[in-house]
Amino acid sequence: MTLLLQIFLAFATLSLVAVGGATAVLPEMHRLLVVVHGWMDDATFTQLFALAQAAPGPNILAASLMGWNIAGIGGLAMATLGMLMPAAILAWYVAGATHRLRGARWLKPAQFGLVPIAVGLIGASGITLARAATTGWLTWVILAISFVFVWRTKYSPLWVLAGGGALGVALL
Amino acid sequence: MSETRTPTRAELFLGYAKMGLLGFGGVAAWSRHVIVEERRWLTEREYAEILGMGQILPGPNVGNASVMIGRRFHGLVGALLATSGLYIGPLTVLMGLALLYDNFAEAPGVASFMHGIAAAAAGMVIATALKMGQNLRPPPELIAIGIAALVAAAFLRLPLLLIVFSLAPVGIWLSIRRAYRETPAK
Repeated sequence: MTLLLQIFLAFATLSLVAVGGATAVLPEMHRLLVVVHGWMDDATFTQLFALAQAAPGPNILAASLMGWNIAGIGGLAMATLGMLMPAAILAWYVAGATHRLRGARWLKPAQFGLVPIAVGLIGASGITLARAATTGWLTWVILAISFVFVWRTKYSPLWVLAGGGALGVALL
Repeated sequence: MSETRTPTRAELFLGYAKMGLLGFGGVAAWSRHVIVEERRWLTEREYAEILGMGQILPGPNVGNASVMIGRRFHGLVGALLATSGLYIGPLTVLMGLALLYDNFAEAPGVASFMHGIAAAAAGMVIATALKMGQNLRPPPELIAIGIAALVAAAFLRLPLLLIVFSLAPVGIWLSIRRAYRETPAK
């Protein structure tokens, strides 16, 4: 089996157990890439994941970066496709099924029953981010301003992200 | 609820590209801002329902939602445009960062800048969850489900798979029960 196919299959397997996204499969990703296949060492794995976290965009892109590290552009393409395709195809069919069932009386309430889980997990990821990001009074001030700004206004959150970065450069 | 408007294919792609490129700390908060507040493609409730489904499916919830939202407006083309918009921009940035990593990590100011952004992103994500909760006004038993999910993930640090599959059936059951009680079958 070629390396590229192995990369595709490894990430496609991860994709199907990745309920909750990249952070949820981090331990399994580490086991497959570092322990089972020996494609990279611990330090490289941690560094690549941290880099993907610091950059904007879905955290799942850590997979792309790792594919790139293993086998260049081909590895990047295989890891990205492997990670995204199975989940996207499943989402496509589920969307079709809910469309066909749209008249069913139980459908809307059933969907609404999942909403608090999604919202609660967004809150939890905010708290997890806050733990890592608050290292002193200034970071707490930035966090608090951003919280109130996004909570109470409809202005673009870009303002507080840029402001937070600028305050960081000026004072941290 | 305010009126919603259907995005064109180009708007779908560009809107998703914006969410991806600005999505520090995960894209869920940006995605809601662009879709519900800025461009009004969906109401708060429609967006939340799609995100809830995206949450229980494997893969990133916003990625699953991009497939479903793209499909809803423009079928297969829409799903492909929304999904590629979401990933292509940040993937390019990430590759650039990885190439520059050695210089980037040591350049003065860069670490502080990223640190400031991370703190602001954390505040933004927490505020987004609170705002969604307030706008959706779920009944008390569903608020309890949301708090349980939050505590289990943020403080008990239970695996997400366990949290989702134990809370989803309870949430669905409580929500259906309330709907049937409030409007009995004709």
